[in-house]
Amino acid sequence: MQYEISLLTIMGISIIAALSLNLIVGFCGQISLGHAAFLGVGAYTSAMLTKAGVPFTAAVAASMLMAGIIGTVVGFTSLRVREDFLAITTMGVGFLFLGIVRKQDFLGGEMGIAMIPDPGLGKVGYLVLVLLLAATLALFSIYLKRSWMGFTFDAVADDEDTANLVGIDVSSYKLIAFAMGTAFAGLAGALYAHNIKFIDPESFGFVESITILSMVVIGGTGSVWGVTIAAGVLSIFPMWFQFIDDYKLLVYGGLLCMIMLFSPDGLSGIFGRFLNTIRGKNFNASGQ
Amino acid sequence: MLQVNNVTVVYGGVTAVMDVSFKVKDAEVMGLIGPNGAGKTTLMRVITGTVKPVQGTVFLESTPLEGKPPHKRIRLGIGLSQQIVHPFKSMTVLENVAFVAGHGKTGHPVMSVFRHSRAKEKQKAMEILHVLGIDKVAEAKPENLPLGYLKRLEVARAIALEPKILLLDEPLAGLNQLEARQLADKLLELNQLGHTILLIEHNLGEVIRICDQLVVIDNGMKIGQGEPHKVMDDAVVRSAYLGEGHHAAS
Repeated sequence: MQYEISLLTIMGISIIAALSLNLIVGFCGQISLGHAAFLGVGAYTSAMLTKAGVPFTAAVAASMLMAGIIGTVVGFTSLRVREDFLAITTMGVGFLFLGIVRKQDFLGGEMGIAMIPDPGLGKVGYLVLVLLLAATLALFSIYLKRSWMGFTFDAVADDEDTANLVGIDVSSYKLIAFAMGTAFAGLAGALYAHNIKFIDPESFGFVESITILSMVVIGGTGSVWGVTIAAGVLSIFPMWFQFIDDYKLLVYGGLLCMIMLFSPDGLSGIFGRFLNTIRGKNFNASGQ
Repeated sequence: MLQVNNVTVVYGGVTAVMDVSFKVKDAEVMGLIGPNGAGKTTLMRVITGTVKPVQGTVFLESTPLEGKPPHKRIRLGIGLSQQIVHPFKSMTVLENVAFVAGHGKTGHPVMSVFRHSRAKEKQKAMEILHVLGIDKVAEAKPENLPLGYLKRLEVARAIALEPKILLLDEPLAGLNQLEARQLADKLLELNQLGHTILLIEHNLGEVIRICDQLVVIDNGMKIGQGEPHKVMDDAVVRSAYLGEGHHAAS
């Protein structure tokens, strides 16, 4: 039972991480290949603060704030570069994070930080907390998508220049997407740190960024339920079946290739077309 | 309404617009015409703020637009219909217009998250689509529509901003004669409803038919201004359109 609880906790954290990236990539159309760095910022912030005696909830809030602030700074790059160039820039941010953390003794350097304090909720309590936070983020995503902010994100994702020429302050909307997405990534990172109780730079490397991006793409960029399901399945399958974990990158890579080739709008697109066939109606993968 | 004063634009050493000035009065249809490469679209971009002039000023009513980014100029009361159609592809025709009609709800990015209802904006969008005669395709995705509909959608979006002035960059380009005439009639109707229009257009027949005033530019310089028939009778203007040979032959 302990193992299942652990799996479900990892699943909840992965869902939060994937939904946080979905706010940036899926909703606002800004590519990011360095998202794990913001999980790292959250994880390191919470680990350091709790080790210094700060209460768990305050440390988690501070993690979100720190990741959100750094994410907003990175978001400024999205005002200068787009698409491929933004992808390379955010990838660079991910490597920058690793480079900085590895060389800082007070962050544990290559060895990382061990013995991160337990939040004191017990295994089941922590699982409930993680799943509640994941559900809250999913509901917030749906709420956001239906708000005028979500409507505006759709326009920015479609065509930034045209959005600007119908009176949209595109820069502010993009920064808000980065701030929100990276703050929630910080939350995922903090939850991860207090679950595993050990973090090192490699936990937040390029492969992790691509893993989170895979969950978003396979689920269907912009689709809340699609990303939630993809993150849930892709996070626990490799742990449940050891042989998948051995070939994790191969499986993720293969799935990404297949999705890009056969259904670029992901699982939500496949489901949408299936519904479309049944109902004979157009389907909007965003869930609107 | 709109005042363009001594605007000069230089692209990498090449002067695209040279010391051009004109005024558009309230409830007027002003045509901005000239041969290809004359600098018309560049002037339009100076007004919207996507091109920065090396000299000159633009005023909307009494407000100077200098230093204001495009989205702020648009919100001051400029509705732009672009030469190349740019619909939001993930939205239906109705959503494209409703989104712009909700400009009051998207003006403050943070507050926009607390606003949900789209009913009023959809109703308003439907009315605009009806005026432009494309309400039948309201629920269609733009990618499935012919150019004539998309041109009208561009105009519909511009109107949805409730602008003080409509800037229309070649709204008739690519349309057949019948479609062009129908859309020109719609522009005339909009003008009669009180809209001020600055129209860039190559379709001279329709321009002369619907415009109150014309400004003609060639090689970045203003070469004529006045009532359409008078301007088109001007030898310099005719020469610019029909070539040097015409002037000599006539």
